[in-house]
Amino acid sequence: MVPLTWFLALGLILFMIGAVGVLIRKNIIIMLMSVELMLNSVNINLVAFSHFLDNVRGQIFAVFTITVAAAEVAVALGILIALVRNRGVFSTDEIDTLKG
Amino acid sequence: MIFTIKDLLSIIPELIIAGSACVLLLVDLLISKERKACMAVLSILSVIAAGVASYWLLGADFMGAKSFAGMFELDGFSTFFKFVFYTATVLSILLSFHYVKEEDINLGEYYVLMLFSLSGMMVLASGADLLSIYVGLELMSLPIYVLAGFLQNDVRSNEGAMKYVILGAFSSGILLYGISMVYGLTGTTELSGVAAALSDSSVHVPALSIAIVMMVAGFAFKVAGVPFHMWAPDAYEGAPTPITGFMSAGPKAAAFAVMLRVFMEGLQPAYEQWMVMVGVVAVASMAYGNFVAISQKNIKRMLAYSSIGHAGYALLGVMAGTEEGIASVMFYMAVYVFMNLGAFGIIIMMRKGGQRGELIEEYTGLARSHRGVALLMLIFLFSLAGIPPTAGFMGKFYIFMALIHRGMVGLAIFAVLMSAVAAYFYIRIVMLMYMREPAGEFEFARSKGIYYALFITTVGTVLLGICPGYLVKLAEMASVIM
Repeated sequence: MVPLTWFLALGLILFMIGAVGVLIRKNIIIMLMSVELMLNSVNINLVAFSHFLDNVRGQIFAVFTITVAAAEVAVALGILIALVRNRGVFSTDEIDTLKG
Repeated sequence: MIFTIKDLLSIIPELIIAGSACVLLLVDLLISKERKACMAVLSILSVIAAGVASYWLLGADFMGAKSFAGMFELDGFSTFFKFVFYTATVLSILLSFHYVKEEDINLGEYYVLMLFSLSGMMVLASGADLLSIYVGLELMSLPIYVLAGFLQNDVRSNEGAMKYVILGAFSSGILLYGISMVYGLTGTTELSGVAAALSDSSVHVPALSIAIVMMVAGFAFKVAGVPFHMWAPDAYEGAPTPITGFMSAGPKAAAFAVMLRVFMEGLQPAYEQWMVMVGVVAVASMAYGNFVAISQKNIKRMLAYSSIGHAGYALLGVMAGTEEGIASVMFYMAVYVFMNLGAFGIIIMMRKGGQRGELIEEYTGLARSHRGVALLMLIFLFSLAGIPPTAGFMGKFYIFMALIHRGMVGLAIFAVLMSAVAAYFYIRIVMLMYMREPAGEFEFARSKGIYYALFITTVGTVLLGICPGYLVKLAEMASVIM
């Protein structure tokens, strides 16, 4: 059987990739994808714990996370469309009207 | 699982808000664009109905009990915060009447989204399980992201909302990772179960520290504590002004409610660990927020940095970790709603025609021609700075007292020094209003909604400054129940 640590390592690696992706990438679409990666790494954690603890709570939590993440991306894409219509840019380098 | 009638009765206020938001979404289709004010009135009525329901529940025999298999807790603590949210929402709606016409965003969804966000805050304050807390957090945040970008044709609004939504999702990711670790270590997500599992010190492994760091970071994002504050100034500046006020009053109070609940109830056995991290965020927020606010030219941006500083003070109350500390944070949040929404009310009043009312310079010489408006602004700014006899002073006073009783005198002195820094940029506006000659004529948005809101906020700010005893007693009672 695959030990718990392997699942946790996978989760951690995906989480790191996601977090670094949000912090260093400039394209907003890729940033949103990175956020999704972070949320899904959490799902791996939750489901793995749920399996090894023999407790269904983690799986229920994962279902909620998936649902909420979908709603979050829908809102983010809606805002992105408004931004692109007004500015025509996808890159965080060019989104610099607000500063101070 | 079987729901009992008591379960349903204990969430009546939430049901009223969520239900009326859904109904209003349909009613909106029947109301013509000129008469959207009806929507605002109906929204206020539904908030009042929820308030009555919350008040009625205070006397119910299942007060203090958990419902929905430990997901939802109806107690004095959550009811206190719910009244803070009701007040913030009603005041923000009152301030919106005129503003939405001025900016041509007179859509019914505006009010509906506020109600959805309110229902999220209410779930958050009552959440007794990390699952319901997470769902409440997102239910609160998602409508706010949309509202922050509600000025569709304004690039600043789009941009602020975009930054807010990305960093908000990023912070939920971090928070969720922390939650998943806590679940793995304790085998449950229920706060009381987490506390019971953590009271066994064999669980205190390094992974717990990582989990706690991530949870502190996740919540610090929501209250805009340094170094997780980057979204706040941009989102505050870009959002429609009534929404900026709403964001800084309601969701911030909700984030503090959930922080108190999670840390004081669930993670209480690990107090030594989270106390240090919350303290670091608090000190950084006070220092950074107050110093950076000095150099701001836009008043909404300045108030954003000031709200970062205020989050720092309130975090000190969380850090104290005593019942007195909890009560002081609760009182501070209630006070903050009045004084902050009052200041935003004046900014909204200044938004008329070509006059944006956003630059601090625009307030030069206001007192020469409009003494009343200038005096109100003076009261709110003095309160934000923490000058007696205003409510802001009492709020800070109780937090510092809680700190001193905990023996954290050094931190209290630091916080007082930081309020002295904060006084500079608040009083600079007062100086501009009273000591300089105006450059031109002032125009004001005159609307009954703004007058009512300013009346309520002024009375709240002054009254809570002069006789805070009643509200403090309520907060103390509610914090003991927790």
